[in-house]
Amino acid sequence: MDNKYFYEGSSGPWELVIGLEVHAQVTAQSKLFSGAAAAFGAEPNTQVSFVDAGMPGMLPVINEVCVRQAVKTGFGLNAEINLVSVFDRKNYFYADLPAGYQISQFTRPIVGKGYLDIELEDGTTRRIGITRLHLEQDAGKSIHDQHPDKSYIDLNRAGVALMEIVSEPDIRSAEEAAAYVRKLRAIVRCLGTCDGNMDQGSMRVDVNVSVRKAGASFGTRAEIKNVNSIKFLAQAIHYEAERQVALLEEGQEIVQETRLFDSSRGTTRPMRNKEQAHDYRYFPDPDLPPLVLEAEWVEEIRKTLPELPDAKKTRFMKDYELSAYDAAVLVSEMETASYFEEALKCLDPLTPKTAKLLANWLIGEVFGALNRENKALEACPISPAHLSGLITEIQKEVISGKIAKEVFSLMWETGKEAEILIKEHGLQQVSDDGAIIAIIDKVLAENGSMVEEYRGGKEKLFGFFVGQVMKAMAGKANPELVNTLLKQRLDS
Amino acid sequence: MTLKNDLIRLTLADAREGLRQKKFSSLELTQAYLDAMAHHRGMNAYILELPEIALGMAKESDKRLAKGEGGALEGLPLAIKDIFCTEGIQTTAASHILEGFKPSYESTVTQKLKDAGAVFLGKANMDDCAMGSANITSYYGNVISPWKGSNGKDLTPGGSSGGSAAAVAAGLAIAATGTDTGGSIRQPAAFTGTVGIKPTYGRCSRWGIIAFASSLDQAGPITRDVRDAALFLEVMAGHDPKDSTSSTREVPSFEKSLSQGVKGLRVGIPKEYRLEGMDADIVNIWEKGAAWLKEAGAEIIDISLPHSKYSLPAYYVLAPAEASSNLARYDGVRYGLRVPGRTLDELYENTRSEGFGAEVQRRVLMGTYVLSAGYYDAYYLKAQKVRALIAQDFQLAFQKVDVILTPTTPTAAFALDETPTDPVVMYLNDVLTVPANLAGLPGMSVPAGLSKEGLPLGLQLIGPAFDETVLFRMARVLEDAAGFTPFLER
Repeated sequence: MDNKYFYEGSSGPWELVIGLEVHAQVTAQSKLFSGAAAAFGAEPNTQVSFVDAGMPGMLPVINEVCVRQAVKTGFGLNAEINLVSVFDRKNYFYADLPAGYQISQFTRPIVGKGYLDIELEDGTTRRIGITRLHLEQDAGKSIHDQHPDKSYIDLNRAGVALMEIVSEPDIRSAEEAAAYVRKLRAIVRCLGTCDGNMDQGSMRVDVNVSVRKAGASFGTRAEIKNVNSIKFLAQAIHYEAERQVALLEEGQEIVQETRLFDSSRGTTRPMRNKEQAHDYRYFPDPDLPPLVLEAEWVEEIRKTLPELPDAKKTRFMKDYELSAYDAAVLVSEMETASYFEEALKCLDPLTPKTAKLLANWLIGEVFGALNRENKALEACPISPAHLSGLITEIQKEVISGKIAKEVFSLMWETGKEAEILIKEHGLQQVSDDGAIIAIIDKVLAENGSMVEEYRGGKEKLFGFFVGQVMKAMAGKANPELVNTLLKQRLDS
Repeated sequence: MTLKNDLIRLTLADAREGLRQKKFSSLELTQAYLDAMAHHRGMNAYILELPEIALGMAKESDKRLAKGEGGALEGLPLAIKDIFCTEGIQTTAASHILEGFKPSYESTVTQKLKDAGAVFLGKANMDDCAMGSANITSYYGNVISPWKGSNGKDLTPGGSSGGSAAAVAAGLAIAATGTDTGGSIRQPAAFTGTVGIKPTYGRCSRWGIIAFASSLDQAGPITRDVRDAALFLEVMAGHDPKDSTSSTREVPSFEKSLSQGVKGLRVGIPKEYRLEGMDADIVNIWEKGAAWLKEAGAEIIDISLPHSKYSLPAYYVLAPAEASSNLARYDGVRYGLRVPGRTLDELYENTRSEGFGAEVQRRVLMGTYVLSAGYYDAYYLKAQKVRALIAQDFQLAFQKVDVILTPTTPTAAFALDETPTDPVVMYLNDVLTVPANLAGLPGMSVPAGLSKEGLPLGLQLIGPAFDETVLFRMARVLEDAAGFTPFLER
């Protein structure tokens, strides 16, 4: 195994073992067991039905849309769909849990074993096992900082459908954990089953971390909660691995416990004992008969699945001869993939060469500019069609790659098409032999001594002459032509 | 013009006819009941009387009746067990913890009654959260049966639907709604000489009924006679998309089936229901019941329900387990009683300690215990397995018989000052009724005679799932043969 999977301690290397539990909020108009709206950001307590508020005599009724979304996600994870699953009650008291229990699935989840493949930066892929996916209700929100001795409760989120997706302890590094979450996010977003917004809490990650010596059985794990970004995920894992290795090397034992990640310090701390000493008294919810799915209904869903990121990646590699890495980047976000495919449609001609060029420009220039301005692709001032237009101009040698960057900047600022900007700014590449030769002759005449040195064997100076010619022509000369003609003139 | 005292003696069916023929108005009928309620307030059958609402509803009914319109229960004054949520009207389940709670919604069953034109006289007393068999656990005090012991002692009307049964028996309501988790309709019906039916699980919607044990709870009527039970249940029953456990089966006309007789039907007598030391009166009335059915052309067959003896222990694991979870929502945070504390946990402890009575607390503790880690398999899971075996006993039995006949209770009503203090002895009251709840089957109690002390005794009929019709046919024959004189006629 690669060294990157090991943590170096004073007693030698330790292997990291990670399993993730991801809570993904189901994209649906209404909640899992009530008709109340499930939208984010509404005024507190405006999206609460009698069921959500735990009023006496209220009963849950399963929302078919949420079941469909769970099944779709199950297919996205290459997982078995259980035609019979059971809802259980998880009992505990808290002010934002109105019924005193959360409806979840304990022994019989709707989705069973599956897997997903993650791409790593070195181009390799690893398969991570999925243990299960189950449906459950979210709790409400407690707000403790608005009043000196009171808490405020917002029940808008109470009863919203979540998918809890549990991985096998197959993950071996923070990088893999991050890749897993990114991949999962890409899949649910592609399927439209979760919006994947970690900052709004619609995807939340709990991390189980343990360390062991290579070949040893699993060590005692700690569960880290409250990790709400991919960046924090890596931080939390690094901190936890170091903490555990240090303890073990001091001869101490790891306590199985739930820890909270503190993003301001980048550390984890144990939850108070009271916070975790729950006996949830799970039992089948007597208000809900077992959830029985018809095989044909499930099959209908499978047939209508969109193309998933892995399939898209394979197609990009096959049809456009893209590298595995480039293809993986392009499919990692739904928006990127659809931007790329939209741009491909406008590419003239569409060949592996132009597609590859397009991919490079998208991944390099477009992403670079978006990052600099902290913008999302949806807010990109250059449309897919316009980016294709730029590639076409390069392909037709109307402009050089270097000038193209200038045109790109203009496009970014103005939102105009490349073709128009090239004309407005007179940026067409000069491919006229006569014009170039005239400049070459002028440059050579002005630098007589250098020409002598070059001819005397100092061939490095060739680059200097190219630079001078390009400079004199404001960069618009066809660089290949400059090379050829300059060589002819110098060698003649 | 009928005398007021005569008005409150009418059955639901007769009063319905009288209203249609305009012999009296709903207003007169309702007023007669309100007067009787005021007169017998000492029975404590109602937690809340609703004279203004009742008279308003009666006036509306009279308008519809005058136009020749009106639903199946138009203008008929009913008592509503305080476990049914009624919009804008305090609903407490006789528990301190829900004091002052006024739902903003109407339970499906009571909505159906309203839609059928019924008049609501008030909210009937019951045991605290429907937990009890003598109506002595109510936060609002016990209910006193209109029947008296031989020595003049006050008797329990049974529970948990004790207020409903007492009201119907004493003429404080023409009929009443009840709920039955382990016998809470049938036992009080037997104790008060009234008719009570717990239909098949899923027959009536549970939406808006304060939950005790969700997998066992069913609503049903308590009435003066079998025909009333049939026409009342027809209105209460039916599919409700808001209750995932509600059945989509069509509700047949129970009233029409009444006259079909029992010729050729097979009646099972389960030997396990003959309890050791059972009152001779009870054994006697059971044998009489079998003889009456035989006389009417039914065939009597001895059967065995071998797992019966495990019913009570299984019930007292499962019902408290579900209750411990169902009652978690009464936490003092959103509605009902709140007893403040310095922390959230203290608020819970203070509210629930003060809000729930001793019996409710006992069951919440038992239920929490049987679901807790390390005990779940030994108690809850085992009880579920027992429940499946009990259901299977009935399935096998119904291959041989069409209906099962048993006594409803092991004894007649007991005096309030002789109420067992040992909860386990009290739980024995339910021993003959809980199996039908565990198996989800319809069960009905019909008054069949009197004990030596002159107290009513009930016979229980248990039928196959969704075959309430066979119960009504049998019950009608028993009723005719028994010639039982209700309290009001004495």
